[in-house]
Amino acid sequence: MQKRISNLAFRGTEEQQKKLFAVIDQRKGEQGAIMPILQEAQEIYGYLPIEVQTMVAERLGVSLEEVFGVSTFYSQFSLTPKGKYDISVCLGTACYVKGAAAILDKITEMIGIQPEECSEDGLFSLTACRCIGACGLAPVLTINEEVYGRVTADDIPGILAKYR
Amino acid sequence: MFRSNVLVCGGTGCSSSNSEQIINRLKEELEAKGLEKEINVVRTGCFGLCALGPVMVVYPEGAFYSMVTPDDIPEIVEEHLLKGRIVKRLLYQETVSDDDTIHSLTDTPFYKKQVRIALRHCGVINPEIIEEYIALDGYAALGKVLTEMTPEQVIQTIKDSGLRGRGGGGFPTGVKWGLAAQNHADQKYVCCNADEGDPGAFMDRSVLEGDPHSVLEAMAIAGYAIGASQGYIYIRAEYPIAVQRLKIAIKQARELGLLGKDIFGSGFDFDIELRLGAGAFVCGEETSLLASIEGRRGEPKPRPPYPAVKGLFGKPTILNNVETYANIAPIILKGADWFRSIGTERSKGTKVFALGGKIKHTGLVEVPMGTTLREIVEEIGGGVSDGGTFKAAQTGGPSGGCIPARFLDVEIDYDNLIEIGSMMGSGGLIVMDQTTCMVDIAKFFLNFTVDESCGKCTACRVGTKRLLEILEKITSGNGEKGDIERLEELSYYIKENSLCALGQTAPNPVLSTLQYFRDEYVAHVEEHRCPAGACKDLTRYTIITDTCRGCTLCARNCPVGAISGAVKEPHLIDQSKCIKCGVCMEKCKFDAILKG
Repeated sequence: MQKRISNLAFRGTEEQQKKLFAVIDQRKGEQGAIMPILQEAQEIYGYLPIEVQTMVAERLGVSLEEVFGVSTFYSQFSLTPKGKYDISVCLGTACYVKGAAAILDKITEMIGIQPEECSEDGLFSLTACRCIGACGLAPVLTINEEVYGRVTADDIPGILAKYR
Repeated sequence: MFRSNVLVCGGTGCSSSNSEQIINRLKEELEAKGLEKEINVVRTGCFGLCALGPVMVVYPEGAFYSMVTPDDIPEIVEEHLLKGRIVKRLLYQETVSDDDTIHSLTDTPFYKKQVRIALRHCGVINPEIIEEYIALDGYAALGKVLTEMTPEQVIQTIKDSGLRGRGGGGFPTGVKWGLAAQNHADQKYVCCNADEGDPGAFMDRSVLEGDPHSVLEAMAIAGYAIGASQGYIYIRAEYPIAVQRLKIAIKQARELGLLGKDIFGSGFDFDIELRLGAGAFVCGEETSLLASIEGRRGEPKPRPPYPAVKGLFGKPTILNNVETYANIAPIILKGADWFRSIGTERSKGTKVFALGGKIKHTGLVEVPMGTTLREIVEEIGGGVSDGGTFKAAQTGGPSGGCIPARFLDVEIDYDNLIEIGSMMGSGGLIVMDQTTCMVDIAKFFLNFTVDESCGKCTACRVGTKRLLEILEKITSGNGEKGDIERLEELSYYIKENSLCALGQTAPNPVLSTLQYFRDEYVAHVEEHRCPAGACKDLTRYTIITDTCRGCTLCARNCPVGAISGAVKEPHLIDQSKCIKCGVCMEKCKFDAILKG
């Protein structure tokens, strides 16, 4: 899958950098450390801009190419920032059969962004995600940690209104 | 001692519909009534009946409450737990007999035909308390293996049981273990594939959430059998509850000396580490998964060498999936013959299926191999939901196929499913009704494989993209003669020229729908029509002239003025103006408007 890469300016703080370096130093020398480090880096920064990947590569002593190869391979790693509220619409089979595509369309229409994008005001980002395993509640969407099950396109305005 | 146990499902489905709040409310209410020392609240793993969540069961009565809300809790506490009167209106109706008595959950159609081996503890124990697992013979199998059996005997037992890998391929587990045991090395590894990537499958997740120790125990047994001291569980980061419970389980097992050094004083060392996946379907392929544990891009490698010879970090490695491991301890304790007595000739034991899609009882079921699709869909699953008619069942996820109604009576096992053009896969079973378009479904799966192809083999990377383009062309009404043949030719080409199972099976959704629903493809291509009315570009609303009374209601409501006709005369829809909003069909009182 082609990854969208953000062109927004990087706004990392020193505190974040300190945390990241602590994570790297702790795992240095461990076999297969790149993935766990990138996962924690994403926790710290919210996404993985090239600046963060460069820091990981340099401090871990591996090439940036290797880090970039991993970060672009796995769908969990986001190269674009997330909004304050990250909306994930499940497009697993069970949800798809029950009309998840219409829900995604409705959200795109209402907030004017495509999947993998973040709205300009930084309020919402949208993800078309893989099965989250809540097939019994299909179709499902999540906004940050909150799960909405058995959703219809008509429910979307009401749900989004809660976050505006 | 508690006089009542209240088991509340804490699986993903029920947690998503607020079972956490229910547990908190229960505890509050019990404390307010001073009952907290008499009544025990247990958060368990998945019960299986996700469609009715959140669910809870009160023992000793066995009263099964479904679709409970936090506001129902005061009533349940006051009436049932304090006064002993079951709250009938909240009971799962299938557990209430005609004479108003309640019967056990295991007698309901949903549970009656199930045989629970892998799910034996799900919804029964609190997965975060190791003592509850031990109380139900947990770690007894590990004890037996370490103190009474040689590694060869363990492998022979697993071989004799006929257990085959539950992750999809169906390779005999004992044979796999035997191969790894034969190879001598200073270090070997036992890995668990918990990267359940099939959309619509959540059985591994439920085992990990409901019974994490059964996987840890089985991995330790495998470690003893092949001579490994280190295990890795590769689990999806998308499963936070499962990750959390595994972490707790590993910590508890270490504290009791069931993982770590010198287990049961036998001199056997074994420990387990978690590795979080990051969302890549191809990591279900064993060589990709191992590459990912090593921290690299999860791209597959040619086999041989097989992981049993040269796997993780270049050492002999076995890799089994969660459900396979969940079967190990019972086989050791009850014996290979017991396990062989369940199932069909070539597929032994049970299989867990995740029922989803247009079916009444969505959820998790475990049935003996050889159960028919009809029994699963109609009896256990309660039939098609919303009054629809069964059209097909999809098994095997993006690698599988669609099984049409005429095969409802085929006994499900590994070999029969392959024979009818699908496969077992990890066990997702999605039911589709007449409103599901088979071309659209093929397109859906291809969209998935195009995204998830790792890009290593050209046939898979480019081929799946071309397949998807042809399908998009067909579903948008631009199909032309020869497209169907092109789909077929390309499908066989991709199958033959891809390195790993992802590419080899990616065209299966196209081939199986072509095999059984070719007429739908033909309708799309030649008549530019979608019989199921699912493909928006091809949906057409027409007025049945014989039924139309000329009431003008549709014409007055059409937002674009596409409907014309005189009063009391049959109306007509101008297809060039119609925007397919469906308002006319909603408004018509005489069912005179046809969609298709």
